[in-house]
Amino acid sequence: MEMFLGYVKAFAIGGLVCMIAQILINKTKMTSARILVMFLLLGVFLELIGVFKYIENFAGAGITIPITGFGSTIVKGAKEGAKIGLFEAVTYGFRNMAGGLTAAIFFGFFFALIFRSHSKKA
Amino acid sequence: MKVGKQTYLLDNKVYIQSAYSLAGPYESKGNFRDYFDCVMEDDEWKCKSHEMAEIEMQRFVISECLAKVNVSPLDCGAIMGGDLINQIVPTSFSARDFHTPFMGLYNACATFGEALSIGSTLVNGDFDKIICCTSSHYATAERQYRYPLELGTQPTPESQWTVTGSGAVLLSKKPGEYPLVKGYTIGRVLDFGLTDPNNMGGAMAPAAANTIITHFKDTGRSPDYYDLIITGDLGRFGRETLHYLCKKEGYVLDNLNDCGSMMYCDKQKAGQGGSGAGCCSLVFASYLYKRLLEKSLKKILFVPTGAMLSKDSALQGESIPGIAHAVVIEREDFY
Amino acid sequence: MEDKQYMEYVHANAQKSNHIVTLVWAFLVGGVICCIGQGFGDLFAFALPNWEKSKIAALVSMTMIFLGSFFTGVGVYDKLGAKAGGGSIVPITGFANSVVSPAMEFNKEGIVLGMMAKMFVVAGPIIVAGTVSSVVSGLIYWIIGLFN
Repeated sequence: MEMFLGYVKAFAIGGLVCMIAQILINKTKMTSARILVMFLLLGVFLELIGVFKYIENFAGAGITIPITGFGSTIVKGAKEGAKIGLFEAVTYGFRNMAGGLTAAIFFGFFFALIFRSHSKKA
Repeated sequence: MKVGKQTYLLDNKVYIQSAYSLAGPYESKGNFRDYFDCVMEDDEWKCKSHEMAEIEMQRFVISECLAKVNVSPLDCGAIMGGDLINQIVPTSFSARDFHTPFMGLYNACATFGEALSIGSTLVNGDFDKIICCTSSHYATAERQYRYPLELGTQPTPESQWTVTGSGAVLLSKKPGEYPLVKGYTIGRVLDFGLTDPNNMGGAMAPAAANTIITHFKDTGRSPDYYDLIITGDLGRFGRETLHYLCKKEGYVLDNLNDCGSMMYCDKQKAGQGGSGAGCCSLVFASYLYKRLLEKSLKKILFVPTGAMLSKDSALQGESIPGIAHAVVIEREDFY
Repeated sequence: MEDKQYMEYVHANAQKSNHIVTLVWAFLVGGVICCIGQGFGDLFAFALPNWEKSKIAALVSMTMIFLGSFFTGVGVYDKLGAKAGGGSIVPITGFANSVVSPAMEFNKEGIVLGMMAKMFVVAGPIIVAGTVSSVVSGLIYWIIGLFN
């Protein structure tokens, strides 16, 4: 039962975050890149002020799957690095991006080699 | 003979001896499907890229337009035309097969109007047989002006669908039962400060209004002189805005329509309608030409419209200027 | 007609987005994608009980990126995006889509100068923003650390 509730919360919060993005698209005609940057920075901000973990405990994937999750993991890395030294402080955040970036670049390369752009039929 | 500020009425007879239209697969399911001479089975048309397909589209359309009336490219005075792609590559590259003198033109989606105006002036003079041709392609325009095809962006309600298509016409001195280019009004570039590259209809409407009103003032005609006043690609909203702007100046255009907004059926979900340099030439070379031949249309004012912008100009904060040229096309036995 | 008057006219009369339809779609699709992510998280936590939480989270991200890339490759993601808008852009699958789609598109200009050079033409800002945030937040924590 608890697991099921977890999914409901993930669905609701995830849907809400996406809905906010949609309101921005409708009102300001923003495109992919700007929206993604905004929500990344939102994740960064929420993690910096210490609020992200509370939302994560409640909503799980609802806040980590949107790009906000990526933002928070960057800050988490920076926090860990800062405990060690200055060099680690400014590089450990990027280290946490490693998984996502590796996947994106590798799959981008691989799929671009085997798939071609399809014609739009709308 | 120049009339008024911006209009030129031709002294000699310039016939539209032939026309040929090639439509893309999406357009072939639209409202003009019964009028196209030829239809592409897919966007790539057996070429290695969409850009190469667009080169082949123009080459094909020009060849067929001439073949229809047994005219050789070597007998033509010039080929003139343009498209939306950087350095008008499709038009320039398609011309290399013909050994015919070539003039590349660019007025965005109003290029066909520019081609008809210049071409008819040459035929009015000493030239004979000028080909006017423009094209556009959905994929090449998206790549250059907007986003990669597979990117999951959501089209806005004011956006238009770039037409995949090409139309060519042959202007000649040869008499016959053909429509004539009687004259044209050269438009001015107008910029009303609109910055949304997804609402080009709104950006172009003032230019269209200005050209049409100038045409009426220069010639002393009124809107009902024409059976049809048809713009290139203002789209639904642009067309309504044009109607509104002209009405404010005292010209009620009851006979107004727009190639782009007529192109697609409602269920094709093409936003405000079609757009692109090939939109108006495709509709002209198919639907309008055939109706003029059968005399269900006798006098039209054909007004291709263009939005002058590049991807960088919009990012640098520039607004979007518009332009429109008005070309008068009539059936001869009306005189 | 004056510029300003005309702009007001356009603003008032241009066709507006259908709010209800777009918001509902964004909500539904976004919610479903997040649930799929949640599902993978639970699956990996069960299958790999020795892995620490952050590693599982990274694996989930990579899996979602794989899915986003795959569905972009087969030509489905753009259709989803047209309907779902924010619902498909904001999840990390949208980031994958923004990398794979230009990579596929610019392959025609060659692998090195086309695909590889232009892979980040849409997603570049995200990587830069992420890196800058990383440095800035690292500095903030380090400076705070100096006072403790």
